Amino acid sequence: MRATVEAVRLQGIALVGVVERNAYLVKRYGFWELAFFAWTVANTLTVVFIAKGIDATGGTLDVERETASLLIGAVIWSYLGIVFETLTETVAWERWEGTIEYTFMAPLARSVHLLGMGAFAVLYGVLRTAALFAVVALFFGLAFPNADFAAALVLLAVASVSFVGVGMVTAILPLISPEKGAQLGFIAQGMLLVVSGVYYPVDVMPGWMQAIATISPATYALHGIRATLLNGAGLGDVWGDLWPLLLLGAISIPLGLAVFRAGERYAKRNGKLKRSG
Amino acid sequence: MSAVEVVGLTKQFTRRQGRRRERVAALDGVSFTIARGECVAILGQNGSGKSTLVRVLSTLLLHDGGSVRVYGHDVVREERAVRRLVNRVSVEASFFKRLSAGENLAYAARFYGMGPAETRRRIPEILASVGFPAKRSKAPMEDLSRGMQQKVALARALLTSPTLLLLDEPTTGLDPRSKREVQEFIRRLRSAHETSTLLCTHDMVEAEALAARVGILDGGRLLALDTPAAIRRRYGATTLEDAFLAATGRALEDDVEEEEAA
Repeated sequence: MRATVEAVRLQGIALVGVVERNAYLVKRYGFWELAFFAWTVANTLTVVFIAKGIDATGGTLDVERETASLLIGAVIWSYLGIVFETLTETVAWERWEGTIEYTFMAPLARSVHLLGMGAFAVLYGVLRTAALFAVVALFFGLAFPNADFAAALVLLAVASVSFVGVGMVTAILPLISPEKGAQLGFIAQGMLLVVSGVYYPVDVMPGWMQAIATISPATYALHGIRATLLNGAGLGDVWGDLWPLLLLGAISIPLGLAVFRAGERYAKRNGKLKRSG
Repeated sequence: MSAVEVVGLTKQFTRRQGRRRERVAALDGVSFTIARGECVAILGQNGSGKSTLVRVLSTLLLHDGGSVRVYGHDVVREERAVRRLVNRVSVEASFFKRLSAGENLAYAARFYGMGPAETRRRIPEILASVGFPAKRSKAPMEDLSRGMQQKVALARALLTSPTLLLLDEPTTGLDPRSKREVQEFIRRLRSAHETSTLLCTHDMVEAEALAARVGILDGGRLLALDTPAAIRRRYGATTLEDAFLAATGRALEDDVEEEEAA
């Protein structure tokens, strides 16, 4: 019993170490953080302006509601991007710096390593997307008078578990393909969001795409968060989105860990777990 | 119980030859032991299998055959236990370049269960012990000289109190003064902590100065492992360099083909 408690304590310290290192890196790359934030704001504005554009060219729509809906889509897209990017850096950044061998020979459980990266991704992602949401909402004068922000945050937190699980699967890709693996992570992000109704309702897609949408956690996150922010729905009202997210979260983390472990084993057998090549 | 016990270790990699793929032996039936507190040096050319051996012992590479135990723990089945006992210093210092020495060391320390209070106390002590100036501890690693970076690499290894230290060409590329300082530090570390050491090197003088026994690794095969004097006697040579030439037919500086290909 005492040995188990000690082992848990040591792994807890290691998990904090992973989060702490990422925080150091954000601090040391402060200028770049600002530059990327400006880019994300610009990117989000170009999407959110679409509603105003349709209105200006004679289309009929509730401009304020559509603007808000597009903003939610763009913010979730940005959040997912941060989570995937951070998880992918588990291998990609360490490989680039040459530290990968030291980190992977350290006595921290791989699950703790990946969950540490996931925890940082969620913390950092929430802060950055909250800032993005506030800046763009302010720009368009969006007020969200009925919004239940607490319910939206709960949905985002639950969805994050699934996002981290999927991110773990993509995190192994740079180990298997050092040259192209990181880019494959972006492809996975794109595939997930194209079927999840990021800027349009899921039911406008062909049937086969709607079928895929049912296994994407982003589908439920987007639908539920839009309901809480635009209609003031509470947690009880979005149970239909919450339970699939809980289920997908329960599946995706063990699945992500299993895929990462299998990839790590492949890399260790074939000599790919090293700083180059 | 030995610190390291390697029996019949084999590892092959697949190499592409045009459209064909062929298996190339990186380690071929390597067997040796390292006693507790002993330093063993392995001499070999680039591509002889030295780094492969270090990476198997570091649990970064799965071997194909034979067995490898570190303080009685199997490197595959008891990976986590082995990782607690081992650390390494390689030819490349390998750090997050924008982070400071202190931040990089804190990151490494957490993985070995060291909390913030202990790190705040031990990092300055350890940096001082390797002769790293305190005023540079907040500078990004990319602003430090190669010799300074290698001192931080030694501090990182020492911070985790390894009982087995793997040194993979730790002084290659260093200026003579830095080289001497690093070698002196390794000596002090061994005498103070009874750390067992595997030193892979090109440098015959370094091998003879630091190690009790010296091995010659060539084409993945361990041709000899004995005291430097016994190795010289065995090959009728006056220097280790001549002994290496007699054993392998090549000078140590010659490269052989890379042993690792995906």
